[in-house]
Amino acid sequence: MDVVQEVLEKHRKELDKYKPITVEKHLECRLDVGTLLITDPNDLDDRQIASAEKENYLRALTRDNTQLLVNAIWELNTERVDESIVAKLPEPTTVLPRMRKPPGPRVLTKWEKFAKEKGITKKKKEKKTYDEVLDKWVPTYGFKRAEAEQNKDWVLEVPQNVDPNTDMFQKKMDLRNEKVAKNEIQRMKNIVRAKKIEMPRSGYLGPEAATSSQLLTAVTVAKSSTASVGKFQNKLPKEREARGLGVKELIPGAKRKQSHIADQPEKEANLDLIKSVLNKKPKLDVEKAISLQKQDERLARDAESGNKPAKKSSKKGKGSRKAVGKKPKGNRGQRAPGKKAAAGRKRR
Amino acid sequence: MKRLSEERTKILFEKLSKYIGTNVKQLIDRADGTYCFREHRDRVYYVSERILKLSECFSQKQFACVGTCFGKFSKTNKLKLHITALSFIAPYAQYKVWVKPSFEQQFLYGNHIPKSGLGRITENAAQYQGVVVYSMNDLPLGFGVLARSTTDCKSADPLTTVCFHQSDIGEYIRAEDSLF
Repeated sequence: MDVVQEVLEKHRKELDKYKPITVEKHLECRLDVGTLLITDPNDLDDRQIASAEKENYLRALTRDNTQLLVNAIWELNTERVDESIVAKLPEPTTVLPRMRKPPGPRVLTKWEKFAKEKGITKKKKEKKTYDEVLDKWVPTYGFKRAEAEQNKDWVLEVPQNVDPNTDMFQKKMDLRNEKVAKNEIQRMKNIVRAKKIEMPRSGYLGPEAATSSQLLTAVTVAKSSTASVGKFQNKLPKEREARGLGVKELIPGAKRKQSHIADQPEKEANLDLIKSVLNKKPKLDVEKAISLQKQDERLARDAESGNKPAKKSSKKGKGSRKAVGKKPKGNRGQRAPGKKAAAGRKRR
Repeated sequence: MKRLSEERTKILFEKLSKYIGTNVKQLIDRADGTYCFREHRDRVYYVSERILKLSECFSQKQFACVGTCFGKFSKTNKLKLHITALSFIAPYAQYKVWVKPSFEQQFLYGNHIPKSGLGRITENAAQYQGVVVYSMNDLPLGFGVLARSTTDCKSADPLTTVCFHQSDIGEYIRAEDSLF
């Protein structure tokens, strides 16, 4: 009997090493076996958390909850595959949030955007159209379209203004290749625009693909690419400077010009500028000269026709009288020193 | 608000000197503090430096205007004077045109001045001279450009245009939204 007692004792001791697989919980835990997730709604014991036993308490709690999860797994149907027991997990019930933000709507291409703005809708073309020249139905695109076209344009006219030896078929093919290339560039540009990547701006894309602002930039860059950064390059009539973001960086020497604010105080700079504006040599204005001459002559004539005051009935009133009053000054020879011969006026 | 580039300052002074000649200096060289020209949304503003300092705490986007709007630069870099500049141009005007009371309203609706509407005119003004237009009781109404010189005016017939309309105080109502 002693032996039996011993064995039982040993077994009990061994059992004591393992904790029981049943766990008592105040509130039931939520289980999602599909994602191997267990959520414990029970409150943590504040006293335990505050005490030194915190780590042990948390470890025990985790063990208990894990035990519950394992229990749940064991309740599933199990099967044996190559000496290991395998359970098939059910579909997960917990909805996990996405890691990344959901993708937005596809960015419209330039044409699509334009068409949307203008309200242009795509017209569906017939798959086959009747060709009167060939007298049969011809596909508008795709399989056998090229063949049909070849049959139709089996001969091409060489226009009068073109060299008679040109290969019109080659020309037609070139035109088509160019179109394809242009379309490809535009497709790339659309991708660039959609992904908001920096596109290299340098280089000249050719008149087909470049936008007007790109052409303008190319002209400005080319002009300022001289040894003297374009300082002595003549301006074309109605020429415009390239503008926009980052254009300055492309133009050699442009950065230096950027700041127009000198050390000179603003007021003095302005006064200097005014001086230069006002001191500009006046253009020889024949009309003005004639009118001044006429004015002088008229005044002289008025003076000659007697020293009596100007007609009282003059409509001009004060203004003209003032002008007449000025007249004697003119005869002192200050007005036109160069015109001595002409100044044959009667001196008073 | 930024300082005008040298090119634009030159354009501005050239324009102003068409109306007030050498008196442009008076706008800059003032006894009552420093005044300067600033550019914002292609418009030129004439501001006292004291007020300019106060305006500096606003960002570009929030900013509407400060001081007096003198005019607007077109895309081809030409300056168009606004009527708001009149109060600064009128006192210094060298060449003046007075319109008859009967034509005042016509002018304020934006019409050119014909000989028949002309009351008085400064002597010796050449053709295409910038002038300030006054009513007969010396109230500045706007500005324009002479279509004919003073001497030619005298011999012109009553219906010919004497002064091209450029701007008038009626614009305060007509172009209220784009003026400042």
